[in-house]
Amino acid sequence: MLALRDVHAHYGKSHVLHGVSIDVGPGEVVGLLGRNGVGKSTTLKTIMNLVRASAGSVTFEGRDIVGLATHRLPSLGLGYVPEDRRVFRLLTVLENLRTGLDRPRMTAERREALLEKVYGHFPVLRERRNQAGGTLSGGEQQMLAIARAMVLEPKIILLDEPTEGLMPRMVGQIRAIIELLHAEGVAILLVEQNVPLTLAVSDRVYIMEKGAVRHEAPAAALRADDAVIHQYLGV
Amino acid sequence: MLAIPFEEFLVQTVNGLVSGMILALVASGLTLIFGIMDVVNFAHGDLLMLGAFVGSGVFLSTNNFWAALLVAVVVIAALGALLQLTTLRPLLGRDPLTTILATFGISLVIQNYALWQWGPSARKISEPIGGQFQLLYLQYPVYRIAIALLSAAIIGALWLFMKYGTYGIWIRATTQDRVMAAAMGIPVPAVHAAVFAIGAGMAAASGVLFAPLVGVTQTIGLDFTLRAFVVVVVGGMGNLGGSILASIFVSLLEAYASLFVSPAQAVIVSFVVLVLTLLFRPTGLFVPTPK
Repeated sequence: MLALRDVHAHYGKSHVLHGVSIDVGPGEVVGLLGRNGVGKSTTLKTIMNLVRASAGSVTFEGRDIVGLATHRLPSLGLGYVPEDRRVFRLLTVLENLRTGLDRPRMTAERREALLEKVYGHFPVLRERRNQAGGTLSGGEQQMLAIARAMVLEPKIILLDEPTEGLMPRMVGQIRAIIELLHAEGVAILLVEQNVPLTLAVSDRVYIMEKGAVRHEAPAAALRADDAVIHQYLGV
Repeated sequence: MLAIPFEEFLVQTVNGLVSGMILALVASGLTLIFGIMDVVNFAHGDLLMLGAFVGSGVFLSTNNFWAALLVAVVVIAALGALLQLTTLRPLLGRDPLTTILATFGISLVIQNYALWQWGPSARKISEPIGGQFQLLYLQYPVYRIAIALLSAAIIGALWLFMKYGTYGIWIRATTQDRVMAAAMGIPVPAVHAAVFAIGAGMAAASGVLFAPLVGVTQTIGLDFTLRAFVVVVVGGMGNLGGSILASIFVSLLEAYASLFVSPAQAVIVSFVVLVLTLLFRPTGLFVPTPK
């Protein structure tokens, strides 16, 4: 469904991605592991065209999306939860959700159903719906960022370090929500530092090093044999 | 203050509120554009002036003030969107200096166009609401109160639109985080053009509303836009509510100052407030202290 082929990207003069190739099938949860600064987040940003791919191809459901304006990607079925969450701090929780809900060809019933659905998964967001996004705790902001992507009804969610800086209890909640999305058939490309979590929720895992994919394996294989993990991640 | 009769004080309060509302109308367009694009629009006053001229043209042929107001707003809003598309969009994200120079260039072009097209003599738009009423010891024009109320109505409509409307949420989301707004599917380039159109339309509305008081010349916007820049800074750059409060605050201060000195000297008060704000609270007077 989502396919990156030999993607290169630059930040100014520094060459960050050196030919990344990744596939995510429909409904598949794919983990992207690697040390800090190997280009995991940049890979997601390149898919969203927040960083421009200087070479290679990115296709989504067979359609070339390199150079397609970022704001056109959600309507194709891509949801993005960035690494620093980036909730709209001065907008209320409900208004944050409305940035995804109030879109063309949305009916009132469907809108209501989607809102009820995310409130059902994240009751705290219903409680705080009239509170400014910036006043939420880190974990609540993460939930809002995920909920905001969910109301777009994406076919795939690009999830960038969702558990970073969260309390263990919150990490459990994030894991539950990833499993729920998986059960609903939403594909996920998950960038994480949390190796056990990634191996637990993913179908397949890519390991990146120095701007390129070095290893690809089913998560089950890595769970059984952690030599590769140790080799690339030192954990 | 002891030497000032209470009645004069009240009259100046009314004066301050009236000019504060007009100023707020000019400033809210300016601050809206700054907030969303980080563009300091030096052509704002020229769009105001152009709006007044377009309005006077329509008024001349229709003799209808409201038609003049409506046409001027629509024409200048469209021109604003066109300017954004052709001049500012390519500069988005570049050094603020380039956009300052670009809008300054637009300003010069509009000024010279107006001079060439309409000449140096003043044109007139008659006030739609005549008459005067007794305000304590003096006859006060009803139209001045009407302008203040109309300005307040336009600002109120803008506020409701920004607060509850889908497009208002799009604008606020884009103002806060352009990148994330795009990632949520908000058509950011269209939002930018729309905001520039709204800001330009509000400038045109101020120009037409203000025209009956002073006549339409190339310099109609000069005084107000200079002070609009002051209140946009004093109110907190890009903060709509802050700009509106700052407009009223500064206008009241000027009005009270003119009890003691001539109105021309009273303007100095604005600049004193500006300098003090920049020195002691550069994020603006009317913004909540960041937590």
